[in-house]
Amino acid sequence: MGALFSFVVVILLILIAYVGVAAVGMQSIFGTVVPYAAVLIFIVGVVYRVIKWGKSPVPFPITTTGGQQKSLPWIKQAKLDNPSGSAGVIGRMALEILLFRSLFRNSKSELRDGRLAYGSAKWLWLAAIAFHWSFLIVLLRHIRLFATPIPSFVSLLENLDGFLQIGAPRLYLTGVILLLAVTYLLLRRFYVPQVRYISLASDYFPVFLIVAIASTGILMRYFFKVDIVSVKELAMGLVSFNPTIPAGIGSIFYIHVFLVSILFAYFPFSKLMHAGGVYLSPTRNLANNSRAVRHVNPWDYPVKVHTYDEYENEFREKMINAGIPVEHSPAITPEEEEKLTEPTDDAEIPVGKE
Amino acid sequence: MAKLPKPEQLSKVEYKLPGKRWMNTPVEFKEGMYCNGTRPDYLETVDFPNPRKWAPSDEDWKLPENWKEIVLNGMKERLEKYRSFRLFMDICVRCGACADKCQFYLGTGDPKNMPVLRAELMRSVYRRYFTASGKMLGKLAGGRELTLDVLKEWWYYFYQCSECRRCSVFCPYGIDQAEITMIGREILNLLGLNTDWIAGPVANCYMKGNHLGLEPHTIKSNFEFMVDDIEEITGIKVEPSFNRKGAEILFVAPSGDMFGDPGTFTCMGYMMLFHELGLDYTWSTFASEGGNFGSFTSMEMGKRLNYKIYAEAKRLGVKWIIGGECGHMWRVVNQYMDTWNGPADFLEVPVSPITGTRFENAKSTKMVHIAEFTADLIKHGKLKLDPSRNDHLKVTFHDSCNTSRGMGILDEPRYIIKNVCNHFYEMPEDTIREKTFCCGSGSGLNAAENMELRMRGGFPRANAVKYVQQTHGVNMLANICAIDRAALPTLMNYWVPGVDVAGLHELVGNALVMKGEKERTQDLRLEDLPEKEGAENV
Amino acid sequence: METKLKDILREKKPAILKRWFDVVMETYPAEAAGFYKGAKNRFTGPVGYTIHEGIDGLIDGLINEVPFEELSPLLDSIIKIRAVQKFSPSQAVAFIFHLKKIASEEVENVSSAHSAIDAATLSTFESKIDDLALTAFDLYMQAREKINELKVEEAKNMVYRLIQRQNQLYEMQGQGPKIETLNLK
Repeated sequence: MGALFSFVVVILLILIAYVGVAAVGMQSIFGTVVPYAAVLIFIVGVVYRVIKWGKSPVPFPITTTGGQQKSLPWIKQAKLDNPSGSAGVIGRMALEILLFRSLFRNSKSELRDGRLAYGSAKWLWLAAIAFHWSFLIVLLRHIRLFATPIPSFVSLLENLDGFLQIGAPRLYLTGVILLLAVTYLLLRRFYVPQVRYISLASDYFPVFLIVAIASTGILMRYFFKVDIVSVKELAMGLVSFNPTIPAGIGSIFYIHVFLVSILFAYFPFSKLMHAGGVYLSPTRNLANNSRAVRHVNPWDYPVKVHTYDEYENEFREKMINAGIPVEHSPAITPEEEEKLTEPTDDAEIPVGKE
Repeated sequence: MAKLPKPEQLSKVEYKLPGKRWMNTPVEFKEGMYCNGTRPDYLETVDFPNPRKWAPSDEDWKLPENWKEIVLNGMKERLEKYRSFRLFMDICVRCGACADKCQFYLGTGDPKNMPVLRAELMRSVYRRYFTASGKMLGKLAGGRELTLDVLKEWWYYFYQCSECRRCSVFCPYGIDQAEITMIGREILNLLGLNTDWIAGPVANCYMKGNHLGLEPHTIKSNFEFMVDDIEEITGIKVEPSFNRKGAEILFVAPSGDMFGDPGTFTCMGYMMLFHELGLDYTWSTFASEGGNFGSFTSMEMGKRLNYKIYAEAKRLGVKWIIGGECGHMWRVVNQYMDTWNGPADFLEVPVSPITGTRFENAKSTKMVHIAEFTADLIKHGKLKLDPSRNDHLKVTFHDSCNTSRGMGILDEPRYIIKNVCNHFYEMPEDTIREKTFCCGSGSGLNAAENMELRMRGGFPRANAVKYVQQTHGVNMLANICAIDRAALPTLMNYWVPGVDVAGLHELVGNALVMKGEKERTQDLRLEDLPEKEGAENV
Repeated sequence: METKLKDILREKKPAILKRWFDVVMETYPAEAAGFYKGAKNRFTGPVGYTIHEGIDGLIDGLINEVPFEELSPLLDSIIKIRAVQKFSPSQAVAFIFHLKKIASEEVENVSSAHSAIDAATLSTFESKIDDLALTAFDLYMQAREKINELKVEEAKNMVYRLIQRQNQLYEMQGQGPKIETLNLK
């Protein structure tokens, strides 16, 4: 149900852009107002969310330790999975963010032909890393539209990305990988029973949206072949805050831009914020050195405790009888005093160590 | 004659259809899967709200009229206090990597035991009441009304999570269901919704210093039995002291080791080791609990119980502290104690009086794990060990959840085992170290009334033990956790008969050659050692 | 058992195994069954694995007329799981009977092509399955008793030293001086 709903919404979004541009001729709305608004919402939204997270403190050092701790000098510490200082934490975070280290742990062991074999269930990891990296490269490639001269790293990326030298315009691998990976992630939601069971509309929506974005992008580049010079003119107008709407850009471009704008605007209010959240995750970004360096809880407050004195008051007699040392001997009653003055054998019973 | 049902009909169990979404599937309390509700006096002892008689299976949980407000305010407060909580509510992408990592899901197949869904139980409410989209779009944005059914569902499933953090290891964002469970339980406790099995030990520990509620004189006389047993085995009389001022070291162990089998054998191992070293140490009857069931209740209660350790160290004037073998105790010592009740500036940085090793890794908390302490002794050749006394044992090692994923003490115990035992075999890679499976009874789930849950949650662990039993003839499951020592014998007895359970220092005690001891014919369990071939005495 | 029947059963074993496993899985709620069926790794899907391996071994054992004592551990591994899964006793063991139906259907399918297997031969095989079911009842009861026994055992272990002490206190009662006021100095 969530899937269908999300699918319909994405189709509607495409129709809105198409009708808006092709039938109503609102190019300037879809080419300038919407992207500006989206970027504004994106920036304000992300900042707001991060500040909100930042405002909640980290009261306790709750690192999840994924390997041997640092203890005795001759025991080999897992410096990246169980870091004890900032260098290790930076390493751990880098592995996490650049290589999806934790997801990579998804290994599985099974018995094949009576022998224990370690296979791996790394498809999720593979698809995830393919998706995120290709998305990033695709995004960076777009810089060529927003900058003159085109920065050299962008040209380099393009050369690497298009090294196969297929077709004209040259085929970029990342576009294809992005579409394949996101399709895998979508199909996974449909076909893995557990994942289907937990998926919400807000899980399907971004996936459909990204499928649509990638598809329109690919269509526009390889099939409809929109006028790239005009597109760049529009893009440059946007970044120089001097928006212009060159004539003759196909509707597919406006659909693409609209969907991207929706993604940007949707980003801060959705699970897509995991992109920022992962940096703040206290189980990952803290060193496991809490026995060596005291972690301070900013909202710490005094609590009601049961003190030793209260304890001793309750059990003093029993403690004395058992020969456990006490802080305060009870007041001596006259009767007891009398007893004490007479020497008795019992006095030899030990009172405890002290 | 009445018509008998056909087997097909019999075995068809009536279950809800799968098409139904989880949000619309109300919780069903299944016998054997949950613990009893808290009795009122336990809550009264620690001034907790809403003490009353209740049972989870009751329709009416006797909640205060404004329970909903209390819950939502409780959530709001914690969202502002814990970045972890807010973040974990926001950033899950439901990728499902955690789903089959939870032993309770593996063992029960109940989808709400998938870590992601256990978290969604609370996230759905978070979205409905604390996010703009959820407030406006409700269900469409994955929001869910907070109803009594939802609350009951929280209780049922937050007490089917052992806070083991296995999911957190595999989560790409480090989302830790243990953290969500802990906060969930904290909120439930605002309404007096705890379990008897947790609240009882909490009340006991608060008043008497240990979970079992043993009074000082009882503690001492219990030790006398162990002392006698040690004398019978070794011919040596060890002399533990209690609440002794001026000792160099305070030793704090989980109270389970003082009273329960097989924990007491571990305790005997501690005492033999310390005696052999001539260590100047004392036990405390006031701080007679290393474990902390308070931490299964709320952070505040955890702090209130944990307070005793530093307070007692200060009163007795010791220099530093050694802690015994216990899982969640060490999660608390490693990640909470210093923050809660530190700084312990009245103590000194721990230095082993035997080897001179300075424990830099514990220089602020001033508390050293006994496995670190012993590993250091062995490394420096300070112990005379005869591992052949453990030759009747084929040992494997179970990493406890808390010490592996909330601390990372993995190789110290292994080093010790390899020095005190000749036969050591690891379980399969995916079931040990940071990927270890829980015993199924952690975080206060080790009651009797939820035995089915424990057996099912512990099945993945037992299954891995069975594997080494079949392949290597393993007959002893070593560990460094008191809950393991209480719960694993039961688990083994059911799934893998023939495998016994021992604490690390029981094995040390067996192997430890003590000055002036008589020839050992018995192990610490007073069981005869098998005749040694060509026995040359040590 | 007749060799011909054995051959047919051996040939049809993969089909029988698959159908029987599916039937066992049908006794679980759909969400759980989907998971157990998919996860048959020995260590990361132990429930599915154990049941699958168990019934696999049982079928082999029945075909090859392995002595019952050897089949019992396999059956036990399955029954122990079902004994803690909230099944009634009949529900827990009913799956055994399904094998009869599945096997005879599979045999029928083939035997028309071969010369027919007579009813008597088949019923010998079926009566073995009945024996298996009876054993399963025993094992189920043992497992349930074990659970109850474990509850008691565990409670005792937990306070073992206390019980030991209590026993001794009773023995000592009335002896020795009361030492309540001796330590006042």
